[in-house]
Amino acid sequence: MKVLVPVKRVIDYNVKVRVKADQSGVELANVKMSMNPFDEIAVEEAIRLKEAGKATEVIAVSIGPTQAQETIRTALAMGADRGIHVVHDGDVEPLAVAKMLKGIVEKESPDLCILGKQAIDDDCNQTGQMLSALLGWSQATFASKIEIGDGDLTVTREVDGGLETIKVKAPAIVTTDLRLNEPRYASLPNIMKAKKKPIEQMSPADLGVDPAPRLQTVKVVEPPKREGGTKVADVAELVSKLKNEAKVI
Amino acid sequence: MSTLIFFEHTNDAISPASLHAVTAATQIGGDVVALVAGSGCDGAAQAAAKVAGVTKVIKVDSAEYGHTLAENLAPLIAKLAEGHSHVLATATTVGKNIMPRVAALLDVAQVSDIIEVVDADTFVRPIYAGNALATVKSSDATKVVTVRGTNFDPAAAEGGSASVEDGSGEGDTGLSSFVGQELSKSDRPELTSAKVVISGGRGMQNGENFKMLEEIADKLGAAVGASRAAVDAGFVPNDYQVGQTGKVVAPDLYIAVGISGAIQHLAGMKDSKVIVAINKDEEAPIFQVADYGLVADLFKAVPELSEALDKA
Ligand SMILES: Cc1cc2nc3c(=O)[nH]c(=O)nc-3n(C[C@H](O)[C@H](O)[C@H](O)COP(=O)(O)OP(=O)(O)OC[C@H]3O[C@@H](n4cnc5c(N)ncnc54)[C@H](O)[C@@H]3O)c2cc1C
Repeated sequence: MKVLVPVKRVIDYNVKVRVKADQSGVELANVKMSMNPFDEIAVEEAIRLKEAGKATEVIAVSIGPTQAQETIRTALAMGADRGIHVVHDGDVEPLAVAKMLKGIVEKESPDLCILGKQAIDDDCNQTGQMLSALLGWSQATFASKIEIGDGDLTVTREVDGGLETIKVKAPAIVTTDLRLNEPRYASLPNIMKAKKKPIEQMSPADLGVDPAPRLQTVKVVEPPKREGGTKVADVAELVSKLKNEAKVI
Repeated sequence: MSTLIFFEHTNDAISPASLHAVTAATQIGGDVVALVAGSGCDGAAQAAAKVAGVTKVIKVDSAEYGHTLAENLAPLIAKLAEGHSHVLATATTVGKNIMPRVAALLDVAQVSDIIEVVDADTFVRPIYAGNALATVKSSDATKVVTVRGTNFDPAAAEGGSASVEDGSGEGDTGLSSFVGQELSKSDRPELTSAKVVISGGRGMQNGENFKMLEEIADKLGAAVGASRAAVDAGFVPNDYQVGQTGKVVAPDLYIAVGISGAIQHLAGMKDSKVIVAINKDEEAPIFQVADYGLVADLFKAVPELSEALDKA
């Protein structure tokens, strides 16, 4: 079984983002970038499948600028076998990403694609579902457990009411939720080894996809600031304030 | 202008979550058509017809819609989208699962999790865990949009008198099937619609200690929530998680107990009207957004609070 894992380079989850003064977006210059955390979970899951003898090859794909290669290297250092880099500068929306991934799926014929459920920059939560639609495959989103069967997968999903289990036919698209696994850190020897693993480069045009955004960003602004910071001395004062000042109890 | 809304329901009744999408559709303007697709869903279709603002209900009663499987529902929604300018759903896990599949079938972008309708083509949505708000404009023929419930008041469940029309199903794709579910049972209000929420974090130390929060919840008619750390540690089930990648809540009162206030947590609760934080670390970032911060050991403060509420 061949597993394809798309990975996205995003602002590190620990960074406090700043909106640009011209309202065109957020400041990306000199900001720490990392692999989207949900994609780390996806890479980890794919590698575990390989270690369990269920997957034969793990391919990491990233669509992004030159530096997205670092994100692919991270996946390779974790244990992916090879990389594909679709070189593209500038914003690319989930639909265009899904179309490019479809092109790669058609070339590589994986049996399973594992994606993060959402990227922590645009918070869209769309790409996996869109890729699944374009391919006419099954989808199991927000996965917290994956069991590989014979020609199908049984997946437990995190839903608003609790957990749901579904069975999906292979080939399938799975998107990861936080509880699927705890991603490993790449060891130094594996980071060194990853430098020798192959990364194939291509362009959106090679895949026949126009990456131009469909949505126009009119402006990006900071949310209204909350005036917090007031302290109370004890529980009695808290209850009195909630009752008489805020009037919420 | 006309909006098709994917309604969530239990076949007998509609889900309150969908009422938020009706309000967003009303703000967009034009007809509001509710799709109720299910198996034995006449009760839900009749209930949808009574929702204020709904102008027509399409009922599709067919076995393949017995569970909310995206592979079966997306082709139906995409087919029915024809003639509508907008297709909406509330951004629940069901809506998030199905709608991008619909958008891709229609070859249009999706606008996820909107918090404001500027005009029929323009919407505001949070990005970067709510640390920035993007205004985006769509020129797609059909706008596929999911709606953040907390930013749109629910439409009145009564007062409408829409007609119910029968539609036909698209058949079972056979790609996926429902196996089972393990739903959290609780007599308390639902987390995303509760007026009061009390959440615990890693500071709670274990699941047993959440009983202290449940006791207060019962006194205040509150729902119980949690941080990711508390869910990851197994103190409480996954559906308690509040935050960027969990549930978004905006109650009148949010009480954060033993939660540090990471941006990912704040993303899910900072629109609450009044925020209370109880934390022993006076530097904890949660205090920056708290209207009332109490620097204290929660194992002392929470039982005291419970007692004080009996007298209040
Ligand atoms: C991709 C991604 C998505 C995420 N999504 C979410 C999300 O949706 N929701 C979410 O919540 N987090 C999310 N997180 C995690 C987030 O970054 C934080 O790690 C998490 O919120 C921390 O939880 P916490 O505040 O309970 O734990 P900690 O940060 O460990 O804080 C515990 C707090 O408890 C206090 N405390 C300890 N003991 C006591 C005591 N006896 N009395 C009083 N106070 C005490 C401590 O002072 C501390 O401030 C996400 C992270 C990533 C990377």
